[in-house]
Amino acid sequence: MINKNFFFKGYRSIFTHDSPAIALTCCFIAIGALFKNLGFNIQESIFSTVLTYALPGSLVMAESMLIGASLLNIFLAVWIVNARLYPMAVSLFPLMMHKSQPKWKYYFSCHFIAISAWLIMKSNYKNIPKKNRIDYWIGIGSATVSVSVIGTFIGFSFSEYLNKDMMLGLAILNPVYFLCMMIGASKTIPVTLSVLFGTILGPIIYLLSPEWSILLAGIIGGTIAYLAGEYNVS
Amino acid sequence: MSASIVSAILVTSLATFLSRFLGALTSEGIRETSKLFKWFNCLAYATLAALIARTIIFPAGVLVDASYSSRFLVVLFSLVIFFISKKNFVYPTIFSAICMAVLNNYI
Repeated sequence: MINKNFFFKGYRSIFTHDSPAIALTCCFIAIGALFKNLGFNIQESIFSTVLTYALPGSLVMAESMLIGASLLNIFLAVWIVNARLYPMAVSLFPLMMHKSQPKWKYYFSCHFIAISAWLIMKSNYKNIPKKNRIDYWIGIGSATVSVSVIGTFIGFSFSEYLNKDMMLGLAILNPVYFLCMMIGASKTIPVTLSVLFGTILGPIIYLLSPEWSILLAGIIGGTIAYLAGEYNVS
Repeated sequence: MSASIVSAILVTSLATFLSRFLGALTSEGIRETSKLFKWFNCLAYATLAALIARTIIFPAGVLVDASYSSRFLVVLFSLVIFFISKKNFVYPTIFSAICMAVLNNYI
């Protein structure tokens, strides 16, 4: 089963001085308030946070519901927005694969793939023995989901006290936090160039194709960065 | 729970889980030292950076109500604090929320 030592080590990683707990809680406070305004009850709000656990996807669902989109439209819109989770999973799971670990752990824990947990794991995996990385990862994921649920509950419960300025403050906090995390993670040429090209290409391609901008910017920017990294090595 | 909301939540979670699960499934045959892994690593970072940049420049939700200049200034000031504080993540994050709430009333 799950190694408790590494699980709790992963769980505690969210309580460090530079933890994403504050940013994550604030973002889900905003989501909780949004859900209440959309007519969700508290069970539905928490159900959504636990099952989806992806901020952009939740926002797209909320916007789609506001304009009365069909379930198929919601599915496609969310799938396109969250397609970024695929390369994130492929660039993380090989670091945790170990033949002694059962496959269900990997299939179950892929649900925890999200920017915050992904960046924490990417920063810390070298300090964890490969055999136990999956247990550590499950600990990180459980912690980030717990924090998200608490944030959703707070946002839902106190939505009437959140004025426009407070909601704006909560909304900017998430991109700023992740921008800082991405810059902090830029320690090699390919990663630095990937972040740089993605930042530049994302908004430019958005002007041409809003739906596909994130994916296209990721593929084009990431490929150029990879080739530049390979050229530098050779 | 109302049926339409539950259906929307289930459809959203299915669409989200699909990318995650396919990623976990296909990564089984990929070694962490392979070129394919390195390429996917670059794709993941570039995609995340694109998402963050788009969220700031072309936001959805409540951020639409904030002006371009206020968003730009908040991010700029937050990055200055990030570097001054020796790359601490918490100070610029908290600062950004307060700064946006204040700036929005003036810009």
